[in-house]
Amino acid sequence: MARAVTPRRKAFSTAAAWTIGLLLFFPILWTILTSFKTEAEAIASPPSFLFFDWTTENYGVVQERSNYMRFLWNSVIIAGGSTILGIIVAVPAAWSMAFVPSARTKDILLWMLSTKMLPAVGVLYPIYLIFIELGILDTRIGLVVVLMLINLPIIVWMLYTYFREIPGEILEAARMDGAALWQEITSVLAPMAVPGIASTLLLNFILAWNEAFWTLNLTAATAAPLTAFIASYSSPEGLFFAKLSAASTMAIAPILILGWFSQKQLVRGLTFGAVK
Amino acid sequence: MATQHSRSAARIMMAPAVTLLLGWMLVPLILTLYFSFADYRPLRGVFEPWIGFDNYVRFWNSSAFVESVITTLVLVGSVLVITVTLGILLAMLLNEPIWGQGIVRILVISPFFVMPTVSALVWKNMMMDPVNGVFSHVFRFFGASPHDWLVETPLLSIIIIVAWQWLPFATLILLTAIQSLDSEQLEAAEIDGAPPLKRFWFLILPHLGRAITIVVLIQTIFLLSIFAEIFVTTQGSFGTRTLAYLVFQRVLESQNVGLGSAGGIYAVILANIVAIFLMRIVGKNLDA
Repeated sequence: MARAVTPRRKAFSTAAAWTIGLLLFFPILWTILTSFKTEAEAIASPPSFLFFDWTTENYGVVQERSNYMRFLWNSVIIAGGSTILGIIVAVPAAWSMAFVPSARTKDILLWMLSTKMLPAVGVLYPIYLIFIELGILDTRIGLVVVLMLINLPIIVWMLYTYFREIPGEILEAARMDGAALWQEITSVLAPMAVPGIASTLLLNFILAWNEAFWTLNLTAATAAPLTAFIASYSSPEGLFFAKLSAASTMAIAPILILGWFSQKQLVRGLTFGAVK
Repeated sequence: MATQHSRSAARIMMAPAVTLLLGWMLVPLILTLYFSFADYRPLRGVFEPWIGFDNYVRFWNSSAFVESVITTLVLVGSVLVITVTLGILLAMLLNEPIWGQGIVRILVISPFFVMPTVSALVWKNMMMDPVNGVFSHVFRFFGASPHDWLVETPLLSIIIIVAWQWLPFATLILLTAIQSLDSEQLEAAEIDGAPPLKRFWFLILPHLGRAITIVVLIQTIFLLSIFAEIFVTTQGSFGTRTLAYLVFQRVLESQNVGLGSAGGIYAVILANIVAIFLMRIVGKNLDA
């Protein structure tokens, strides 16, 4: 940038941006801080910000009370499974749409996105019945399938966007040079496609991890992931601020950290490359 | 170049995704349509397969229906206006030179990664609680009496919570768009003496058009089916019942599947009206 920046302007922007950043982050920060307080300190008025006796007992209590590890494991399996399954279905579809486009490609893409607008409540009961019929209510496999389907349009769109950026000439050049099909795939295509596939994996894992409607309605006890674990704290008996905070922190920490690392990919992926 | 051979290969590669999505769309939808014409209350053992349009008429005429549609539109509309407006301002601020830019960015985008059930619970108990919430402490500090957010202004509270979750997304997309703005053009305008407001209106805003479209599209898709935030905070009471939530209550809580299914079909129709409108804009915008 050629624009001359006066130190005063930079100081002002810095102050403003930090203030707003901290305000937006405050609910998260406050929850993390509260999770290290005793229950008495958590509801003290006026509240203490940093100067209190730090304790980790809440984390132990939360784990004992509702077996956090089992919910965590369910979340990992469901989010991971649905993402991997989605990628397996979506890669060939997105690949063919990007490299062998036809007149209908755009229509198909828009139609796929439109299935995301199908209100989940409108079809909840039929899915519920089908799940009972198949005996997969409250199982991980059932949720893996549903979350794969609801995220599939997004996965296809994202991959399509990434694949379209791979220049077709490179493929043809490789073919001219007499590269065999497997060589073409391993040494030409894979290196260019892998980053896009990786960001798609990452973002869909985040989306599936946070999905609440289907996970809350299709699980009871066995397959319940973290979204359900935390919802159990909305009942009156669960209303202990420090424990609620510890539970919340444990539910969001893994994905928050993952999100911080993937913020760049987030933009490209979620805008389908339309914004650069 | 697409040969006959590669075209049929492409069709085979697309088949699994298309078939799965088609099934996912059609099977439950047809069942819902079937139930919507039935008197189906599983808890009472009632199932009469054809009662005509009774459910549709009853759902339409219940006072809750109109109210829920209005609530839905107000919720979605307000969150869109708030996130787009503040998102533009925040994106412009983050585009300025800042010390510690990376950290500020992480702070700003964090709410987006918090799962909806957690953010609803955290806001309800840690921020908006009438006794121990942070807002109450702040109110008391200034000598005002605390405000019982979720009871006195429930819809506003939910709008605040949802806007907090989606502001990072809007900001991030708009920031990316602003960064691609030609700075030389801006400088030229500045040298020519165009005041900041004019520069914003004639240069920056038009440049953001496409990004705003994307933000509105993606957010609308997710906002129309907001569930966890209402489920955890008000359970749909005090005028916070969206159409989606009303259908959920009819089907799962009062176990009137027939009536709920008719409501579900209304929800599908509403979503489609919105979708057609959005797809037109997006279809146009994404081609260019």
